[in-house]
Amino acid sequence: MTRWAMVVDLRRCVGCQTCTAACKQANATPPGVQWRRVLDMEVGEYPEVQRTFVPVGCMHCDDPPCMHVCPSTATRKREDGIVTIDYDLCIGCGYCMVACPYQARFKTDRASFAYGDRPTDAEDKGFDGGRLAVATKCTFCVDRVDAGTAQGLTPGIDPEATPACVNSCIAGALHFGDIDNPASNVSHLVAGNTHFRMHEELGTGPRMYYLWG
Amino acid sequence: MDRIAPWLQTHWDARAAGNFIGGGTGSGLAIVAAAMLLASGETQPAAFALAALLIALGLGLVWLEMGRPWRFLHVFLHPHTSWMTREALIAPPLLAALGIAAWFEGAASGVAALVLSLAFLYSQSQILRAAKGIPAWREPRIVPLLVATGIAEGAGAYLLLGAVFGVLPESPFAIALALAAIFARSLAWSSYRRHFARGSAPTGTRGALAAISPTVVMLGTFVPFVLLLAALALPDAVNALAPLGGLAALAAGWWMKYAIVRRAAFNQGFAIAQPPAERSGATRAEARPGWS
Repeated sequence: MTRWAMVVDLRRCVGCQTCTAACKQANATPPGVQWRRVLDMEVGEYPEVQRTFVPVGCMHCDDPPCMHVCPSTATRKREDGIVTIDYDLCIGCGYCMVACPYQARFKTDRASFAYGDRPTDAEDKGFDGGRLAVATKCTFCVDRVDAGTAQGLTPGIDPEATPACVNSCIAGALHFGDIDNPASNVSHLVAGNTHFRMHEELGTGPRMYYLWG
Repeated sequence: MDRIAPWLQTHWDARAAGNFIGGGTGSGLAIVAAAMLLASGETQPAAFALAALLIALGLGLVWLEMGRPWRFLHVFLHPHTSWMTREALIAPPLLAALGIAAWFEGAASGVAALVLSLAFLYSQSQILRAAKGIPAWREPRIVPLLVATGIAEGAGAYLLLGAVFGVLPESPFAIALALAAIFARSLAWSSYRRHFARGSAPTGTRGALAAISPTVVMLGTFVPFVLLLAALALPDAVNALAPLGGLAALAAGWWMKYAIVRRAAFNQGFAIAQPPAERSGATRAEARPGWS
């Protein structure tokens, strides 16, 4: 069974935010909405202080609390583990947003654009009124994954089938692949490095693996 | 600058708090009115009517909070795991039972109102419990706290209603019920607060709960206890003391719920269990800003 996952090498991320920009371009998210964020964290105390960049977003959890609480069944989990939102079913109650421990969900009630009230040409092309007043979040670029696999491509290996943020990473810090396949790129990375998953103690089973050593 | 330490959630505002206030007090009032009807035969049709009104008002506030309010029927689609769906499914038969209880005053309608109100109140408390992203809400002790405060508020409203309509309870059972519910709430609040004192919540949550605790204890426990015990001891003054005690129990419950939903609701924030190693084999302590 395929189970898509993302691996983040914290030793490589330089905090350039290219993944954030690529995500915004690929998914046409409005100002203030970042499905892929990079946190700039200070760790330790003087003089032992370290700066760490931590990409975050929807963790596509094995046991997603957002899905369990959703009253409309708009949030679902596919066989391959990708957590999706049906924008036509969502009622915009915000319950999933308080259920997500990763602050990965967004809701914008009104259309907003980068430069004033009118969209740029690029924003106009990507604008989707169906995403207003409902919950939105990272989809692991599910359309690219589906279109790519339909053509026989391998997500995480072939760029056409890989999430935009992973394709754009200049430092090779982001990786995507099938964590259930022991021969996959992400399985090798997880097996060969020490890693953690964020807020693992909450039992959500997040599928973003952070390599640290 | 990205926020990393937990920050106050803004997804659910005062309208959501209004649902927990209206629904909690309404279902608590229905529980007390039904218990009075079944235990002592004392009927207060206005209590059932007010309970229905409060519950409907709370649900109306939630409706106003929806991004897509005209899709409200979709709320019924997920009874398998969503407590919001379960609350919504219980609401129509509950409102009908309350209407019947207000009109016919029969024991059967009292039983139906009692069972459905308890189910509604329990569902409400589980709604917060299932919100895993908010440490102040996901703590299991929130369930007994919200159930106890709902019944305490309902008992307070019942006594207050008696004063407003000039039909104060004939038996001391209502006051005894209020005292028991207030006592249960104080135990539940104490247990809930003790849990967070051990550091299992963001500092913002702990600060907000510490700030409201004196009010909850004084206004929610001490004042109504003194007034209601005095009302039992001084039958001549019951008309003044019982409603005042009820008002204090009610106000403290509303303030507590508003504060839990709006002031203590800091999210999880971000944390890294292990910062990246600067050299092979080196480890550093977990980074969890905003928790200590």
